[in-house]
Amino acid sequence: MARQLMKGNEAIAEAAIRAGVEAYFGYPITPQTELLEYMSRRMPELGRVFLQAESELAAINMVYGAACAGRRAMTSSSSPGISLMQEGLSYIAASEVPAVIVDVMRGGPGLGNIAPSQSDYLQMVKMAGHGDFKPIVLAPATVPEAVQLTGLAFELAERYRTIVTVLLDGVLGQMMEPVELPPMRPLPAERPAWSLTGAGGRAKNVILPFRMQPDDLETLNVRLQRKIADIAQHETRYKEYLIDEADEPAELIVVAFGTAGRIALSAVKEARQKGIRVGLHRPITLSPFPDKRLSRLADEARGFLVVEMNAGQMLEDVRLAVGGQAPVRFVGRMGGQLPMPEDILQAIEKLDAEAGRLLDHKIEGPVTLLSTARLQRRQTVN
Amino acid sequence: MIPVEPFAEQVVFQRPRALSAAPTTYCPGCMHGVAHRLVAEAIDELGIRERTILVAPVGCAVFAYNFFEVDGVVAPHGRAPALATGIKRVEPDKIVFTYQGDGDLASIGMGEIVHAAARGENLTVIFVNNAVYGMTGGQMAPTTLPGMKTTSSPLGRDPRSMGRPLKMCELLSQLDGAAYIARRSLHSPAEIRKAKKAIVEAFKTQIAGRGFSMVELLASCPTNWDMKPVDALKWIETHMVQVYPPGDYKIKAEGQED
Repeated sequence: MARQLMKGNEAIAEAAIRAGVEAYFGYPITPQTELLEYMSRRMPELGRVFLQAESELAAINMVYGAACAGRRAMTSSSSPGISLMQEGLSYIAASEVPAVIVDVMRGGPGLGNIAPSQSDYLQMVKMAGHGDFKPIVLAPATVPEAVQLTGLAFELAERYRTIVTVLLDGVLGQMMEPVELPPMRPLPAERPAWSLTGAGGRAKNVILPFRMQPDDLETLNVRLQRKIADIAQHETRYKEYLIDEADEPAELIVVAFGTAGRIALSAVKEARQKGIRVGLHRPITLSPFPDKRLSRLADEARGFLVVEMNAGQMLEDVRLAVGGQAPVRFVGRMGGQLPMPEDILQAIEKLDAEAGRLLDHKIEGPVTLLSTARLQRRQTVN
Repeated sequence: MIPVEPFAEQVVFQRPRALSAAPTTYCPGCMHGVAHRLVAEAIDELGIRERTILVAPVGCAVFAYNFFEVDGVVAPHGRAPALATGIKRVEPDKIVFTYQGDGDLASIGMGEIVHAAARGENLTVIFVNNAVYGMTGGQMAPTTLPGMKTTSSPLGRDPRSMGRPLKMCELLSQLDGAAYIARRSLHSPAEIRKAKKAIVEAFKTQIAGRGFSMVELLASCPTNWDMKPVDALKWIETHMVQVYPPGDYKIKAEGQED
């Protein structure tokens, strides 16, 4: 298969089609709309289901329905739309049917704006809806990786009968990169034994998002928690750059996901050229979070720097993983702004200078939230 | 010996195959049991049990999956038509129906029901209207009659501040996608027989692929109306049918285009 230039949103749509998605339901919202538009052309061509729903509430429930019928089903949206879907997500989680959600994040809170952001980390990773459940959250940093993770999303959703979210920001949704698409997966002839296909020649199948008796609901919750633990054991994924260098293993660890991870890599490479022993840890699964790996890195590292396009949402998880073994600093931007490599480089240099001194006393420190006003002030001073 | 004539047994009445033997969770005098039985009889008569899928609501009928011998799922409050759409679109040969109360369908689920009807979604809705929220203990519903006392309109529903009843058959019959919209009452045996015919007709509409079908059933809630069951049925006749006249609101003929 030849490589072709594709926009992130469209590449994800085609990847989902090749992974065998049989039904897509969605609602227009920037910056994910191209995904919906692409599906509106391609799905009918293939005799599959495309439906523009009247709202995100309806879209997620249509996904719920098609998933109950044992089909690979998905929706896509962006931050405010995901908020509306949270009711449905919780029901799908309780019902243990597979579903794939793509969230192309934009600036928040409220209507926020349509610029790229990582504002939904906590929403997707920590609290995708009411009650105790966690979807698997996959965070690509490039368009080719988004293609690969979309295929993986359907596999994992089906294997664990869980929700899998592909979480990216508007940069990745909108940018074009060369991708190699996987071959078309043939659609299965059989439906899973649990699916709603009519009680012909078998006892009826019932899919329930509730258990009235506390004993039964507790049992369901225990199973969901075991599943989460099982997923954490087998599906945790991350990528590391310049950490396990033979001669000069990293002493400072930058942690960043998605687009922020990609920008941070430029800064890390530059810092290495300046002789700073720094590497990048980029979580690919935000849930399950690679906390064991980060905890091991913390045994040796002098300090951590978390870079995000938000106020420091993953920062909380990194701090938990590091467990006070080393200082954890933060640099981030909000409101749909991107941290620049030079901002990150500056933060790495600052961490390098202070990490040795701070190790014994000042573990907790201020986080750096950059803003246009602050950067302008800094320029004026320089 | 005188030969004993074999006793000739003839079954004259039995539980429909589509109705389960589960003990009811509905209150004494509640009309859900009658409504369930009518739906189950219709399913049996049309021979569609093995390809029928139920979407149950949130409310008293949340347990409907327990009473029907068909595949089933429970939707979030009001979202049953969207969920049913998801099933029907990937399983167009199956018979998909939602069973919803008035709070579920006419209040929180207004968006979903209107758009399912507007799309002409080929599914069937059984809409049970008893003018109150039953499961939560008799609060005011969008269908509560003016002046009617409920636990959240203790002085009676005042139309000036609490609005007037939503008439779903009248509303949905305006939509081109709606193929069969009918209202029936369950307050007497004669009315119940008419309701059964309408339910059969609604499923036939779906089987023929003509589009969206809904039967609204006026039902009593003796517990939350604080009435004896027989009085409650009388109250439907004397109060509810005036606001919600039974009748056929939309019948799209076979082959009729929108």
